[in-house]
Amino acid sequence: MRVTRRSFFKVCASGLGSSSVAMLGFPTLDVLAEVREFKLTRTSEARNTCPYCAVGCGIIMHSMGDKAKNAKSSIVHIEGDADHPVNRGTLCPKGASLLDFVHSESRLHYPEYRAPGSNAWTRISWDDAFTRIAKLVKADRDQNFIPRTADGLTVNRWLTTGFLAASASSNESGYLTHKMVRSLGMLAFDNQARV
Amino acid sequence: MTNHWVDIKNADLVVVMGGNAAEAHPCGFKWVTEAKAHNNAKLIVVDPRFTRSAAVADYYAPIRSGSDIAFLGGLINYLLTHDKIQHEYVKKYTDASFLVSDAYRFDDGLFSGYDKDKRSYDKASWSYQKGPDGFVLVDETLQNPRCVFNLMKEHYSRYTVEMVNRITGTPSEQFLTVCGMVAETCVPDKAMTILYALGWTQHSTGSQMIRTMAMVQTLLGNIGLSGGGINALRGHSNIQGLTDLGLMSNLLPGYMTLAGEKEQDFQGYLDKRATKPLRPGQMSFWQNYPSFHVSLMKSWYGEAATKENNWCYEWLPKLDKPYDVLQVFELMHQGKMNGYFAQGFNPLASFPNKAKIGEALAKLKYLVVIDPLATETSEFWKNFGAFNNVEPAKIQTEVFRLPSTCFAEEDGSLVNSSRVLQWHYKGADAPGEARGDAEIIAGLFLKLREMYRKEGGAFPDPVLNLTWPYQIPESPAPEELAREFNGKALADVTDPKDATKVLAKAGEQLAGFAQLRADGSTACGCWIFSGAWTQAGNLMARRDNSDPSGLGNTPNWAFAWPANRRILYNRASCDSAGKPWDPRRKVISWSAREKKWQGMDVPDMRLDADPAENVGPFIMNPEGVARLFGIDKMAEGPFPEHYEPFETPLDTNPLHPAAVSNPAARVFKGDLAEFGTSKDFPYVGTTYRLTEHFHFWTKHVKLNAITQPEQFVEIDEELARAKGVSSGDLIKVSSKRGHIKAVAVVTKRLKVLEVNGRKIHTVGIPIHWGFKGVAKNGYLANTLTPFVGDANTQTPEFKSFLVTIDKV
Repeated sequence: MRVTRRSFFKVCASGLGSSSVAMLGFPTLDVLAEVREFKLTRTSEARNTCPYCAVGCGIIMHSMGDKAKNAKSSIVHIEGDADHPVNRGTLCPKGASLLDFVHSESRLHYPEYRAPGSNAWTRISWDDAFTRIAKLVKADRDQNFIPRTADGLTVNRWLTTGFLAASASSNESGYLTHKMVRSLGMLAFDNQARV
Repeated sequence: MTNHWVDIKNADLVVVMGGNAAEAHPCGFKWVTEAKAHNNAKLIVVDPRFTRSAAVADYYAPIRSGSDIAFLGGLINYLLTHDKIQHEYVKKYTDASFLVSDAYRFDDGLFSGYDKDKRSYDKASWSYQKGPDGFVLVDETLQNPRCVFNLMKEHYSRYTVEMVNRITGTPSEQFLTVCGMVAETCVPDKAMTILYALGWTQHSTGSQMIRTMAMVQTLLGNIGLSGGGINALRGHSNIQGLTDLGLMSNLLPGYMTLAGEKEQDFQGYLDKRATKPLRPGQMSFWQNYPSFHVSLMKSWYGEAATKENNWCYEWLPKLDKPYDVLQVFELMHQGKMNGYFAQGFNPLASFPNKAKIGEALAKLKYLVVIDPLATETSEFWKNFGAFNNVEPAKIQTEVFRLPSTCFAEEDGSLVNSSRVLQWHYKGADAPGEARGDAEIIAGLFLKLREMYRKEGGAFPDPVLNLTWPYQIPESPAPEELAREFNGKALADVTDPKDATKVLAKAGEQLAGFAQLRADGSTACGCWIFSGAWTQAGNLMARRDNSDPSGLGNTPNWAFAWPANRRILYNRASCDSAGKPWDPRRKVISWSAREKKWQGMDVPDMRLDADPAENVGPFIMNPEGVARLFGIDKMAEGPFPEHYEPFETPLDTNPLHPAAVSNPAARVFKGDLAEFGTSKDFPYVGTTYRLTEHFHFWTKHVKLNAITQPEQFVEIDEELARAKGVSSGDLIKVSSKRGHIKAVAVVTKRLKVLEVNGRKIHTVGIPIHWGFKGVAKNGYLANTLTPFVGDANTQTPEFKSFLVTIDKV
């Protein structure tokens, strides 16, 4: 039977090395077919919640990467959390496909900018993004902030910039967002609850 | 949800209406399955389509989309006519006996006080009669014609069996069967629960649809019971949390509200919201508003917020009107908005009248999109042929697209539909340079603050003084933020009954909102979340799934607001003596020996409130009881009334031709012109969701794109025959605002309904496609929908509008 160098190393690495047949150096096709390393053996588990609907199903995410410095971890498997009292380990088609969301080819990787009239994106740095956005925000607020109405009522509001917040973002992120947005005097502020 | 997911298994009857729980909340729906399997429960589904919820129901009744108030009003009429109400419950726990002002009237579809030009009501007459002591006058015999009970009876007497059929198209036999099954739950030991969602919220009368069912449940005595309740099934993993935290135009965290511009006086602002009891001995829990509000301002402004400056009251913006998304995009369309942030939200896809939204975005000076995925909104300026026919060279908007992390790449908490805050843990780093949402907000805020410090500018005070106590200012940690919204003592908090007893030392995390004070000694970012992160630690991360009562209540799994209470209004699960209506499903009870309320859930009542004190279970209302008569709380009337969708297939309202659609709903001039009529658009269009997809996200997800790759619409067999359409044909669906093209699915799931003498066809339009992602590109379904919303919430009328179809 044919055993390539690659398949030989695979077999050794998978822990089959302890099998007497493999130790003889002659792993047969049958032996190769029998044992496959359990793919979750070396994963780390993290408990999370499905980001889609409001059942809030418990999920367990398995990631690889030995957590050494410079080692970037990657999620390789997501399943339902059997201990969760509501979903009891089950997931619907959306939850069951979460891995493909985490690794979607549509994931954004870096800040981008589209200039007026342009038909393309250009990549920019975070610092550049924050500086330019802050300049635009401040210019609009300074120009259009309304401290008092025509009849002298104190209103301290700013109506020409709005903010839509994310209903899949965490409470911690939402709380901070609200704090910031309201400190600027914004009223044009909503999240998916509006629709 | 007043109750919770697992509690659904305790129901005797589950009604799914205004929603489709089996398809939209599949893993939660298992508890309906459990109820049927182990509690002998029945499931009723009322829906324009024979959905997968209907497929497993014991009984299904069709209904014309948008006519739910007629159906439910008819149900109220049935219950009152056949005397199928929980008498003790109605007498003791509702306003049935309250006397209503003599000035209140209802004639020809309008309530008293209507201003036709303003399209709004002066609600002064929608009030109770009060005695000299300020308490509401009552007639406990229910004989007075002006008592709520009799006015309600009169109001719904018009919703006869024939009228219900005329308006809804539901065959009378089916309507009456549903009524009969529902009526059975009026006895104390039977519980019915209602599961609803966007099929009710997304109408111009949506709030009142929900309210009508709340009235039904109140008449039946089903609120506060295990297996009962009003179970609003929300849409997103943390839409409950964002609502609770007040991220809406007019809200502050914990359902507090921003001031209107006329409210210049701080004490006046507080007094209006700190409602005093309207009946003797009631808790009227909003009385504590000042402690919630002052604690919030201490959280946000710290030392800068003092008693002398009214805790920085002036720094909060004041409203002249709501700036909800429809209002904002109307202003944007008029060129009056300059900037917009879309954080994890895709307005080009999600808002009605896609053409109008695209035109509006093109008038912005700057747009900032923060998202883990590349959305349609971020590329609204790019030409995608028929799917987005625009000229980039003509669009001057500067667009920034910032990559954010997704759920798997952060720690934090989410609130599910049943008010449970659950903590989650990061599993991996985000791709590339993507950053967490908090980091992005921090990065922007710190830059702005630095600019205001250096250059000055418009009213910098709130920006310069906003508390930012995070160890790494550029990266506030989730733990720090969670501790902040829980609240802490700034000075020692003592027992109001014994000043020597310290409940919380300065600097300590608070145990709950009962420890909040209005004197500046406590800080709390969101009073209803208080208790989530105490001195004991992060209760949201608890994982004890034990269910000691066997009723599916897991009190030590995570943390529920308020105060870890799992079933709201649970005092109403007992009679006026404090004995459970149903000993089989005991939630709490009064112990005469211990002189307190106790049970398997946190009692929703002052613990030492002896039943003899008659403290009502609806503690947030100043009346202490549930309101059948809504006084001035709703925009279009104190009793729900059927009004037609703005695009009505009937061209009239069978109840009152003079008042066809919601008289109090806001319609912008330009949008009125874009409403179609039945002459050109004879079919009822309704948008909805599939199990395999989540809005516009999962078309970016390979597995989901594989299961439902291509845009389709559903039409009934009769319409298909008439138009010569077979399953698989490409058809064009048009409304006054635009068209989409999709594959036709000819189905038995939709039937023709006879409504007011007309044959009504419904066209079903799943929403999940667009021009970005890995599925087949499609048209944004909201190209078709009308730009008008509910009179109370401004939620757009996505569920009933008019379309026509043509073979392509």
